[in-house]
Amino acid sequence: MSFTTVDYGTMVMLLILVVASLAMYFIKDLLHAVIVYGAYTLIMALVWLQMNTPDIAITEAAAGIAMTVLMMVAIYRTSRREE
Amino acid sequence: MRDFVLKRVAALLLPFIQMYGLYVIFHGHVSPGGSFAGGIVVGLAFIAFATIYGLERGRAKVPEKATTLVESYGTLWYGLMGMIGIFKGAPFLANKLAGIDLGELGALSSGGLISLIGLGVGIRVASTMVALFFTMMEDES
Repeated sequence: MSFTTVDYGTMVMLLILVVASLAMYFIKDLLHAVIVYGAYTLIMALVWLQMNTPDIAITEAAAGIAMTVLMMVAIYRTSRREE
Repeated sequence: MRDFVLKRVAALLLPFIQMYGLYVIFHGHVSPGGSFAGGIVVGLAFIAFATIYGLERGRAKVPEKATTLVESYGTLWYGLMGMIGIFKGAPFLANKLAGIDLGELGALSSGGLISLIGLGVGIRVASTMVALFFTMMEDES
């Protein structure tokens, strides 16, 4: 079983995904969690592209931005930010 | 909001963003993307306009009645496009069976009705995103 450089890149991206998911759970400040979610969705779009599904990559990028914007709006509308 | 640079850059970029969204919607069957992704891009252009130029001007572009109508009639448009197959004596959502000229491979017309169906789904997704944004941003009254 041998890995190419592409596989190492994918492994690094998947590791970032795991770390970002755990960070989103443990971070208390909701705005920081949304920022981490933005990074998560960017890396996820790259992973989809790496798996030869540009269709899902475009959808992930667009939907990720949209959900980030909507969650930012929701945080902006609620007075207390700390969970 | 009196940011001059932001407003000018948005005025330059937003038409191209919307054209790209419509391109993604219409070319869903020959290139990456589809009606859902393209619809979100079109909706995000409206959301960006509303955040940069202010909620009132954004609301003037997309009134609440428009989003409601588009959401309903986008779905109805999908159904009507599917009924074409039944009117021609073929199954629901039939494309080549309904006698539609598909053209050559890789062209925009090679999808037959898929581009038109995608238009209905795309504007529906766009209006849903805009409606969600305005519902959250505007004051409850």
